[in-house]
Amino acid sequence: MPSPRYTREIPTRYRLEANRCVSCEKVVYPARLVCPACQGREFEPMRLSQRGKVITSTVVHVPPGAWLMEAPYAVAIIETPEGARLMAQVVDCDPKSVVPGMEVGLEFRLLKREGHSGILCYGHKGVPTTVPEVTG
Amino acid sequence: MTQFGELWKSSLRDLFVEAASEAMRAAGVDTVDSILVGNMSGGQFVGQEHLGPLFADHLGLAGVAATRIESACASGGAALRLAFIEVASGASDLVLAAGVEKMNDGSEVTEVLASAADQETEAYHGITFPGLYAMIARAHMTEFGTTEEDLSWVSVKNHRHGALNSKAQFAREVTLEEVMNSSPVADPLRLLHCSPVTDGAAAVLLCPLSEAHKYTDKPIRILGSGLATGSMALADRKNPAVLDAVQKSCERAYEMANVGPGDLDVAEVHDCFSISEICCVEAMGLFDRGQGGKGAREGITALGGKIPVNTSGGLKSKGHPVGATGVAQAIEIYEQLRGESGARQVDGAKVGLSQNMGGSGASSVVHIFGRA
Repeated sequence: MPSPRYTREIPTRYRLEANRCVSCEKVVYPARLVCPACQGREFEPMRLSQRGKVITSTVVHVPPGAWLMEAPYAVAIIETPEGARLMAQVVDCDPKSVVPGMEVGLEFRLLKREGHSGILCYGHKGVPTTVPEVTG
Repeated sequence: MTQFGELWKSSLRDLFVEAASEAMRAAGVDTVDSILVGNMSGGQFVGQEHLGPLFADHLGLAGVAATRIESACASGGAALRLAFIEVASGASDLVLAAGVEKMNDGSEVTEVLASAADQETEAYHGITFPGLYAMIARAHMTEFGTTEEDLSWVSVKNHRHGALNSKAQFAREVTLEEVMNSSPVADPLRLLHCSPVTDGAAAVLLCPLSEAHKYTDKPIRILGSGLATGSMALADRKNPAVLDAVQKSCERAYEMANVGPGDLDVAEVHDCFSISEICCVEAMGLFDRGQGGKGAREGITALGGKIPVNTSGGLKSKGHPVGATGVAQAIEIYEQLRGESGARQVDGAKVGLSQNMGGSGASSVVHIFGRA
């Protein structure tokens, strides 16, 4: 992604900023100009929770060049408690263990480097959360 | 159409000229009113844009109206549809609809193909096209109980068909064991669940039905055409196991043609990955939702089955030069309906369908063909 364009994506990628449609309450992430559900154009800004549940997933064994050294890695579609869905890598675990239903936290991480002299590209990655068993 | 494969000696323009010349020679014409070329990414694969005039010029037809059409892997189907509309509107009486892609010329194919996904929300996170379809496959397996073996039967079936097609890139059979033990590409998809990287071109001519007998003794009629789009990003689909755009495009084509899935004798569908054939035969209405795996597993969609699907070998065995695929599918159906498919012939085929998809299912183009 060319550097000038990268700046525009910062609210989405660094802060998980989304929009809630004023007319139908759909949470739209990343923010858009038109609501995909009702074509509304009025939104309230909001931020997504830094956690969610895996809807579907894969383990990439044959990656694009920028991730040659990372493969195999897990990528998943994650749904946040607000109902927004986003794609992210899930790390710090065996990639095979990333399956639908898994609960993950969303952490701010380095995603890739634009070559040797380009910018560092940041965003969120999923990290499995251990849910403590409730006793008593 | 040209041979499909790794055609190191042919350039993008050569491939187009070869396929276009063959179509024009067969019809006995030396010029056309208009040329529409489906091509996903001449710009990224070989650094060449502005394909309309380039191709018209190299075909010896500089001056003729010529435009390139892009809808990712559905570019060929989209070109065919626009050619159909151009003829139907009365604007042109003879249109060359072609598709071409030169993928093996040293480009970073995985990255180029990923540009048909959402760059900001998908490709940025390191997903690949096999990865997107792998997520569709896992969602389908989780919701409906589809298995890796179901995915593999699609590849076995299509290679069995492709082994009978001399133009196929991989004209040979594969066993279930070979598919299930091939190297992983994106779990649960393995190498032999994925269509290959292919060079090739295909071309057809469209004209008003009343004039078709000037060009051929056995014209084939386009009964219906449907194009639909869906959410670009997989994350934005309510159910990632369902290809909404495919269903919509089929419904539109069925309505125009006044036929239903039960009327089909043969179909070519977009099996870029084996899971997509399973999802597509469901979306077409050939199987109930979630039951698409039965098609190849039980031989229902094999040659000799109730409704043969991908008699050409499909994208899997025949090859997938992305921009050419939609037109090559139409040629398979054309030959089937004319009774010219040799060992792959579906006896007495009268109505056929071709379905061509772009992205992870964000575009789908469907055509229904019948004997004139």
